[in-house]
Amino acid sequence: MPVPRCSGPCGGVRPAALRRPRTGGAVCRSCFCNAFEAEVLTTLQTGRLLPPGAIVAVGASGGKDSTVLAHVLRALDARHGLELDLRLVAVDEGIGGYRDAALAAVRRQAARWQLPLTVVAYADLFGGWTMDEVARRAAQEPGRARACCTFCGVLRRRALEEGAQRVRATHIVTGHNADDMAETVLMNFLRGDSGRLARGGTLGSPGEGGALPRCRPLQFASQKEIVLYAHFQELDYFSEECVYAPEAFRGHVRDLLKALEAARPSVVLDLVHSAERLALAPAARPPPPGACTRCGALASRSLCQACALLDGLNRGRPRLAIGKGRKGLGEEGEEQSCASKDRGRPIRAGAIQAF
Amino acid sequence: ISSPIGGAELLFDGVKKHQVTLPSQEEPWDIRNLLLWIKKNLLKERPELFIQGDSVRPGILVLINDADWELQGELDYQLQDQDNILFISTLHGG
Repeated sequence: MPVPRCSGPCGGVRPAALRRPRTGGAVCRSCFCNAFEAEVLTTLQTGRLLPPGAIVAVGASGGKDSTVLAHVLRALDARHGLELDLRLVAVDEGIGGYRDAALAAVRRQAARWQLPLTVVAYADLFGGWTMDEVARRAAQEPGRARACCTFCGVLRRRALEEGAQRVRATHIVTGHNADDMAETVLMNFLRGDSGRLARGGTLGSPGEGGALPRCRPLQFASQKEIVLYAHFQELDYFSEECVYAPEAFRGHVRDLLKALEAARPSVVLDLVHSAERLALAPAARPPPPGACTRCGALASRSLCQACALLDGLNRGRPRLAIGKGRKGLGEEGEEQSCASKDRGRPIRAGAIQAF
Repeated sequence: ISSPIGGAELLFDGVKKHQVTLPSQEEPWDIRNLLLWIKKNLLKERPELFIQGDSVRPGILVLINDADWELQGELDYQLQDQDNILFISTLHGG
């Protein structure tokens, strides 16, 4: 079967290189890369996500998403004069054999792009706890096989915030893509977490309680397009799965979504769109959050998630922090299976309605 | 003629590039046959992470001569001499 000609702006001068999941259109490498970058620019501009002069901490894991994010932001900044001051912030979770190789990829990127890189380590931030130590401790607790990504997601969010504050950033960007978003929507459905479901469709958080505003410029870009963009641009990224990820619930949801996508390629973006249309019924809205009594971060209880989690670990009872008794944190759940895939604070479950 | 990257190489002993010569057969070689041949001859571990049913696991991208296999008939694409088949996994963090 001969490859069709490109149906993009080049007018069919070149053969097509891929079928775009959203539109089904067959486009060549060059038209695709231009469109991909233009769509990220549209996301930035429509949501007014990064104002001129912003000091932007890019959550960099060395993986495909953050690699593409940094590359595209850098290109758009140069081409369109966005006046962004980009800084890479990487988190060293202390996962032997995994994070070391990923951090090496981040260091190569920083050198190639001449961007400043700051690495913040769990061990330094969290009183000596590395993720491997946390996992060892969690494994001693019966029935907590899936806890690792729960701890890691909460701690990584905090670590990225710390790193961003250290480089005096005004904004944080993460590489969440449309597939991540759709997985999260499905997981929230499957867990009955309507609060998260209703908040899931926004472009990010505006920054409350002293936290920096966060956004996800790639949240409408599909996994397939991100990987192909990285391939066509010959970007160097790290592509191994975290050693703890196979335990996470997200894996099942991902498989389900991939199977659905085979039958209906637009399903990922359709799901993201669905979440955008959801809002909490007034009666189900949680009370406004207060401040963590220990660190001052936004918290719906006396301790924020990260402090509650560390508190449990330090008392030798990690289940204290993540067990059924602490529903909010349980809901935070295992979805943060990969770097920087973290979400906002927990709110109480309740009814949802579409508007 | 096939090279798994993007993490897929981990199922192939970490080897990224495989130059293979396929045995001649009466039926022309297509991707469907190639996957079976790969499963039998190249896959080193956990074949279900690469092949599901008679196709690749959803989430693994296939490029035939650097173009999306979805444009080229997917499993029915008939292999030509010197074809370059690339498998890229999207199934990892980032």
